[in-house]
Amino acid sequence: MSDTPSDLRYTKTHEWARLDDGMIVVGISDYAQDALGDVVFIELPVVGDEVNDGEEVAVVESVKAASDIYAPVSGSIATVNELLDEQPELLNSDPYGEGWIFILNPNNSEDHQELLDSHSYDEFCSSEENEH
Amino acid sequence: MKTPLHNNHVELGAKMVDFAGWQMPLHYGSQIEEHHSVRKAAGMFDVSHMLPVDFVGADSKQLLQLLLASDVEKLNEDGRAAYTVMLNEQGGILDDLIVYRLDVGSYRAIFNAGSAEADLKWIESKASSKFDASITPRHDLNILAVQGPDALDKAALALEHANFDALKPFRSTQVNEFFVGRTGYTGEDGIEILCGSDQIESLWQELLKVGVHPCGLGARDTLRLEAGLNLNGNDMSPTISPLESSLSWVVDWEPEDRKFIGRDSLNTERTTGPKRKLTGIVLTGGIMRAGQEVTTDVGTGVVTSGSYSPTLGYSVALARVPVTATGKCRVKIRKREQEGRLVRPPFVRKGEKVHK
Repeated sequence: MSDTPSDLRYTKTHEWARLDDGMIVVGISDYAQDALGDVVFIELPVVGDEVNDGEEVAVVESVKAASDIYAPVSGSIATVNELLDEQPELLNSDPYGEGWIFILNPNNSEDHQELLDSHSYDEFCSSEENEH
Repeated sequence: MKTPLHNNHVELGAKMVDFAGWQMPLHYGSQIEEHHSVRKAAGMFDVSHMLPVDFVGADSKQLLQLLLASDVEKLNEDGRAAYTVMLNEQGGILDDLIVYRLDVGSYRAIFNAGSAEADLKWIESKASSKFDASITPRHDLNILAVQGPDALDKAALALEHANFDALKPFRSTQVNEFFVGRTGYTGEDGIEILCGSDQIESLWQELLKVGVHPCGLGARDTLRLEAGLNLNGNDMSPTISPLESSLSWVVDWEPEDRKFIGRDSLNTERTTGPKRKLTGIVLTGGIMRAGQEVTTDVGTGVVTSGSYSPTLGYSVALARVPVTATGKCRVKIRKREQEGRLVRPPFVRKGEKVHK
């Protein structure tokens, strides 16, 4: 069973988002990292880029496949986790901690509230599982 | 379909995937750890989905001389094995396989799961009644590949066999009810063990007990790719010849009167010279995948197999490119072109990096 912390918000494309002093920290969920398998390469977003919610901003490559990462809300890219260039495996070992991918400066911090809560995200994941 | 080890895989927490109609383990947690276990110690793979086929009878050798690109006469003693390909009339590759001589007039070939059914139909259509040879698919046999620098020692322990010192590469032997070939698909030393359904589970348990790491198809793929070994369906296909698949070495032109299927087409291609070649690419700016376009100084090509190399820490690929291409190249990875370098496979030999 995947770990889904209740203090985070989630998307149907398996990103998590944490509101932190007006900024939004983004990573991928435990469910997502488990499905991807060993992560070996990450194409990080470009700091300063203006992005819309649902826009592709990064790519996570596991041994088996590439997977796009989408902006959960609109805003600009404030910081990226450069540690991932050297240690992409942090996405597997600590998806909610050291494996964060980027920080967004949101156009509207209330957009965060529109994302899925942990309970709805868990339900979404189990419905996805059943389809396979 | 399931192999007799299905429950054992599930018990070990394997992520099971469909492969050519078979439920097979992709990995048991970390594909990369499994990969390293084979490069550094010993790992085992359930490859029971592959199909052994026995050819027995006075004309079995003649039949194989027709079906295979290699001269079976070279298997000049019992137990000897060879890697080869089976071609169509156009010289395209139907499958790659290892053929063993079991005895005079008795051979065993092991075919890929994805093409086994079509291979059997092809073989039967070519054999017809002209040959005194029985063709028996051995669905009853299962295969465990034990690979890595410690594989032979650990397998000897598990099989309660003194040692495999006398078993040379590409030789096979019988150890009690186990057929053991010193062959593999990882670039490491190792053996492949064939046995019945009632023996494979205890063999699996014994190998686990002596510390052999269970490995899935994911690690099998990155290991063979690092070793520069082709995968049928990716790097080889019925429309591409061995001359364009870096497999010229398996084609035996001598003796000239051995009219194997595909010979005439291959001969024409050999005379005019192949247009393309299968070669390697190394690249650090992303992960190459099959189907991506490659641009070289002399024309374009395509990645046929690509992944991340756990041993090297960057991406490696096999690609089919114009025959004269060398040096730098560019690979289109999603929207961006990344710079790579054409190199001759393998990428890893005996656990060590080959290209500086």
